[in-house]
Amino acid sequence: MNAETVRLWLDDRLGIGSIAAVARKKEIPVHRHSIWYYFGGMTLFLFSVQVVTGILLLLYYRPSAETAFESVQFIITEVKFGWLIRSVHSWSANLMIATLFIHMFSVYFMSAYRRPREMTWLSGVMLLLLAVAFGFSGYLLPWNKLAFFATKVGTEIAGVIPLVGRPMLRFLRGGDDVTGATLTRFFGFHVAVLPAITTVIIGTHLMLVQMHGMSVPPGLEGQNIKKMKFFPNFFLRDLIGWVLAIGALAALAALFPWELGEKADAFASAPAGIRPEWYFLFMFQTLKLIPPKILSFDGEVIGILAFAVGGLMLFIVPFLDKPGNPRRKRVFTVIGVIVVLYIVALTIIGYLD
Amino acid sequence: MKPKSIAATNAKNRFRAFKLAPLIALLMFATVSAQKKDSCVECHSQMEGALSEAVRLSKGDVHDARGLSCVDCHRGDATKDDMAAAMDRRKGFIGKPKPADLPAFCGRCHSNADFIKTFNPGLRVDQEREYSTSVHGKLLKGGDQKVATCVSCHGSHGVRAINDPLSKVFSLNVAETCGSCHANGEYMKSYNIPHDQFDKYKTSVHAKALYDKQDLSAPTCNDCHGNHGAAPPGLASVANVCGQCHVRQASLFKSNPHKTVFALMQVGECIQCHSNHGIMPPNDEMLGVGDQSACTQCHGQGDSGYAAAEKMKARMDEMSASISRSNDILNRAERAGMEVSKAKFELTEAKDALTQARVMVHTFSTDELDKVINPGLDISNKGYNAGGAALAELSFRRKGLAASLFFILFFAALIYLKVREVEKRQALQKQS
Repeated sequence: MNAETVRLWLDDRLGIGSIAAVARKKEIPVHRHSIWYYFGGMTLFLFSVQVVTGILLLLYYRPSAETAFESVQFIITEVKFGWLIRSVHSWSANLMIATLFIHMFSVYFMSAYRRPREMTWLSGVMLLLLAVAFGFSGYLLPWNKLAFFATKVGTEIAGVIPLVGRPMLRFLRGGDDVTGATLTRFFGFHVAVLPAITTVIIGTHLMLVQMHGMSVPPGLEGQNIKKMKFFPNFFLRDLIGWVLAIGALAALAALFPWELGEKADAFASAPAGIRPEWYFLFMFQTLKLIPPKILSFDGEVIGILAFAVGGLMLFIVPFLDKPGNPRRKRVFTVIGVIVVLYIVALTIIGYLD
Repeated sequence: MKPKSIAATNAKNRFRAFKLAPLIALLMFATVSAQKKDSCVECHSQMEGALSEAVRLSKGDVHDARGLSCVDCHRGDATKDDMAAAMDRRKGFIGKPKPADLPAFCGRCHSNADFIKTFNPGLRVDQEREYSTSVHGKLLKGGDQKVATCVSCHGSHGVRAINDPLSKVFSLNVAETCGSCHANGEYMKSYNIPHDQFDKYKTSVHAKALYDKQDLSAPTCNDCHGNHGAAPPGLASVANVCGQCHVRQASLFKSNPHKTVFALMQVGECIQCHSNHGIMPPNDEMLGVGDQSACTQCHGQGDSGYAAAEKMKARMDEMSASISRSNDILNRAERAGMEVSKAKFELTEAKDALTQARVMVHTFSTDELDKVINPGLDISNKGYNAGGAALAELSFRRKGLAASLFFILFFAALIYLKVREVEKRQALQKQS
């Protein structure tokens, strides 16, 4: 039995040939903005790192208020290469959020969300929200002091929203306070609920990308653009990035091991200068800067509602931007630049604060 | 309601008020009698100097706050405007009591349990009797008018409760109050006792706790000397006094040979090494044969005590050094990002053992000391090993990283070469 027989046997049953044909046909436009095409793949790669390291952590992690901290401590001190897996999981999570943001903004500035790719954008925004939810739920799992209070503050912010806030807070915490029930609940979200939803949406997102092919920036549309084969040319370049990412993750894990801190203590006072993960920092900082009362409304509520509206706007971007209108396109670019500058500035202020 | 009926109601109300008149009058009388006439205050507040000072000071003091007035102590008749009638000795008037009469003067109420418990059932009533056993009380009985009586410490007018921070006998003020006589060399001259206790006390570990940490449970004069029964503890009872707080040290000392020797030599047990008023924070240097050694006060080179002191000090030093070595390496590992919190936590047990060893010194037995030091050293060494292992692991990680980065970069370079090769081939294919 030679390789060709195996290929034919499999092709009969799985239709590998047609998939290979699609891959062979797929082409990537080559222009001065091509670099941005790599960030989606990088995000996907870091996500798969999360899946693999996450499953490995799952083998030792014990999700209860009494055992969570100790099990993570066990992982990083006793389990062979447990420290590496845990640190890579934490670092990769942060890098993934970063590449996700870059991917999203590059798609935004290149107007790649326009017809017929509206649904691709929608699924992408959903993936952003899911990634943030992964970050928020995963942060609590080591059950350390910082995570405990960050979760307390985070869920409190959710609780401020009028009408739905209170029930939402109780749903998130599994009661009125952050307790062991919150931990098991977040664990459930982090390893079952979110991965299940994410798998479906990533599948949809990738399928849509294959279906519509790569978008070309509006300015270059209609021009005769050079093309590059996805396989093997683009794929091999992707691969170089992924290999280097593995190197970066290994270096970060070995040189800057992710700290575990002190075990959470519900009776201790909140540590000074508590702040959320960097990707929440611009929102956190905004809420801190808003005056407590705006007219007769609660400043914090207004801030949270503003972010909710902002999130909604993000969803409907493709339906607001009409193609073929250069003035509107410019307005969108300006808004995008302002948003990016705002996020960067507030994050920096948040760190210096 | 019609106007007519309003008028009718008003009339009715007026009538009701008229019926209430006797009751109102009664109430007014009651108020007046509550603020009963006090000719002492009326006259003395218009006088000058000390004579009016008493009135001013008494306002709001512990007695005034409980409704007691001048006549409750000084007797006489405060309802009389006439000075002679108000201060009539036949009515029991007592002017300024002589020091010798003061214990009985205050004791009239304070030794009367039936009376005192109507104010404070918890207050003791044996102060007067205790005072008579004190050095102060005995001297007073012998006719010495200079010694402290009730008012010397509590004040005469403006007496405050002992838990009132303004009271002269509040924990933080006691030493100064005692010092107002005992630190006065001129005043103490005739008694032929030292007057440097207050100065020494201020340098002591007890004073540090009391003043710097505001620890009100830290001992001040009366905790060792008693308050009403104030007396220097006799040499035989020093250990009992210190042992009130330092229980473990006292019980260990009791069952060791020094106890008998100290008794024979007639030296105070604890104070022989720790001194009395200027007790310095105890430190390991007091042990052994160094400059600050307490042991060499009696033991000389060549005797067994000298050897034991030397050995005990060596063991203590060994333990301290071991702990600080372990601490250092664990801190180094922690700063490098290694997780050593468990080892650090376990090291606290070694620190506990060191504290315990410092107590065990009071057995003056090297064997007893070893019983505490040896397990402590084991724990400390374990901590050191854990720190060493963490640092070794760190170096392994760095080397491992360097090696794997080499392969990762090599692999990336290979892919890059592959890309170039593929694209060169593709270009050639296109050309042909």
